[in-house]
Amino acid sequence: MSFQAETLTWGIGRKTVLHELTFSVQPGEMLGLLGPNGSGKTSLLRLLAGLKTPAGGRVLLEGTDLRRLPRRDIARRVAFVEQHAGTTANLRVEDVVRLGRFPHRRPLAGWTAADAQAVDAALDRAGMTAKRGDGWHSLSGGEKQRAQIARALAQTPRELILDEPTNHLDIQHQIGLLRLISGLGITSVLSLHDLNHAAMFCDRLLVLHHGHIVADGPPAQVLTPALLHGVFSVQATVDPDPQTGRPHIRYVR
Amino acid sequence: MRNAAGTGTGLAAGGFLLAGVVLLLLAIGLNVGVGDLRIPLSTTFYALTNALGWTAEPLNRIHETVIWDYRLSRSLVAAGCGAGLALSGAVMQSLLRNPLAEPYVLGISAGASTGAVAVVILGVSFGAGLSAVSLSAGAFAGAFAAFAFVALLSNGTRSGADRTILAGVAASQLFNAATSYIVTTSANAQQARDVMFWLLGSFGGVRWPEVWLVTAAVGLGLLGCLLYARILDAFSFGDEAAAALGVNTGRARMVLFAITALMTAAIVSMVGSIGFVGLVVPHAVRFAVGPLHGRLLPGCAVAGALFMVLADVASRVLVPQQILPVGVVTALVGVPVFSLILYRVQRAS
Repeated sequence: MSFQAETLTWGIGRKTVLHELTFSVQPGEMLGLLGPNGSGKTSLLRLLAGLKTPAGGRVLLEGTDLRRLPRRDIARRVAFVEQHAGTTANLRVEDVVRLGRFPHRRPLAGWTAADAQAVDAALDRAGMTAKRGDGWHSLSGGEKQRAQIARALAQTPRELILDEPTNHLDIQHQIGLLRLISGLGITSVLSLHDLNHAAMFCDRLLVLHHGHIVADGPPAQVLTPALLHGVFSVQATVDPDPQTGRPHIRYVR
Repeated sequence: MRNAAGTGTGLAAGGFLLAGVVLLLLAIGLNVGVGDLRIPLSTTFYALTNALGWTAEPLNRIHETVIWDYRLSRSLVAAGCGAGLALSGAVMQSLLRNPLAEPYVLGISAGASTGAVAVVILGVSFGAGLSAVSLSAGAFAGAFAAFAFVALLSNGTRSGADRTILAGVAASQLFNAATSYIVTTSANAQQARDVMFWLLGSFGGVRWPEVWLVTAAVGLGLLGCLLYARILDAFSFGDEAAAALGVNTGRARMVLFAITALMTAAIVSMVGSIGFVGLVVPHAVRFAVGPLHGRLLPGCAVAGALFMVLADVASRVLVPQQILPVGVVTALVGVPVFSLILYRVQRAS
């Protein structure tokens, strides 16, 4: 078991954002998190990454409560890509990716061959090798996102958490990014807005609505006209794709 | 290719540091030489080598006295203060992720002013001792009162950068108001002028004890900040990104704020609040060596020291027979330099 959430509860002030969520994530699985705006997706991802402390319940990472793990130990195996990573510092792409080695390096240790190798491999996988010397401010939105993913991969994580990684990307880069993530072979949990993309790439979908889990299962089970109407308030028909067999959603005007 | 690029920028940063140190030594020599009594650079050099026992050049006694008792200590304090302010500015800009942040952003100079003014005008005394000592002690106490106020108001550094900045603004306003209140209600004309001069920053009156103090404060501060250089890099994309990389963000912020507050408070208590060094120098250095802190911080220390020593030279030669407050010079030089940087950055982007 990779992540395990047990009656996980979280809130801001008096408002409860997540209500007693219980689910688990299998190793190597690509789990898509769906739900309308404000349904609690980002909060849930932050709890899984250990960036917030649950108000109730707990998150287990391979059986250990996240609260009992030091921050650095979590960062050695869980990488997090936030929605809008921005910086005023004009770091080079390579310097950004090198940040991913931070949790693996001892405070005064030098740069090792293993670090260099991890950075090279991460740049290569994210398709950013050619851009390694470019400054952050000269990158396009898609390149920034890929640089952040390369940074996350340089952490050599076993779990990758991404908050709406395809936001603001053109369609080519959206598909490219999802293909990249699904090809990594590590556990990944990501929130998505495009339901068809979720159906195409994810092994399993978890649908949040007002902070409750309303569906959890493979795309073909989860994405039904009834759910789309109930959760997303849209009329749609769902047919299996003739080539992949995965559900394909057609929205009705 | 990667290695070539890596060592290339490393070499550039090393060259920048080396050139900075050489220029700094020359600037200190120049600073020792200028003033009502002109002293040639060679005399300063021999005074130093004589003291080290390397040479036995006969020198003018008056020159030697002026060098050792007044000018050298003053130059070294200026260098130390410049280094500390630039370093603090760089750390604040990175930690608060705000290019306008500077060492005084947490209200430290305002607090120090209130403390110093309270000593000068109200005669609040911190134990028995020289008035200069109690003035410094008052400034130091005031600076830390402001820092504590900000830490409390911004929820013990756990909350975000914006809230810390707002708390700093509130602290500055509060303590500036307190300073003005004390000055207007209690000060006579001479006291008001003294306070004014101190508020604008001055190296007048600093001697060897201040040299040791500033060396200790800034030396330890530099060491501490360098140990945190990688953590500061990890803050590039914000607190949450740093936490996701395994940084204990609350502790890192607290330690770094405390280090910079200590340095700044020590500096302000000795020479008053000298503006613009902590704001401008980090930007200029970032331009030269890039944003990574392992290079940026030493670069800031050297460049800040150089800038401050030159500003001190300017403050003593710009107007004959008169010494300008050094804060006036740093602002007069700093604003055009800053404008230039802004202009070039705009064109680059």
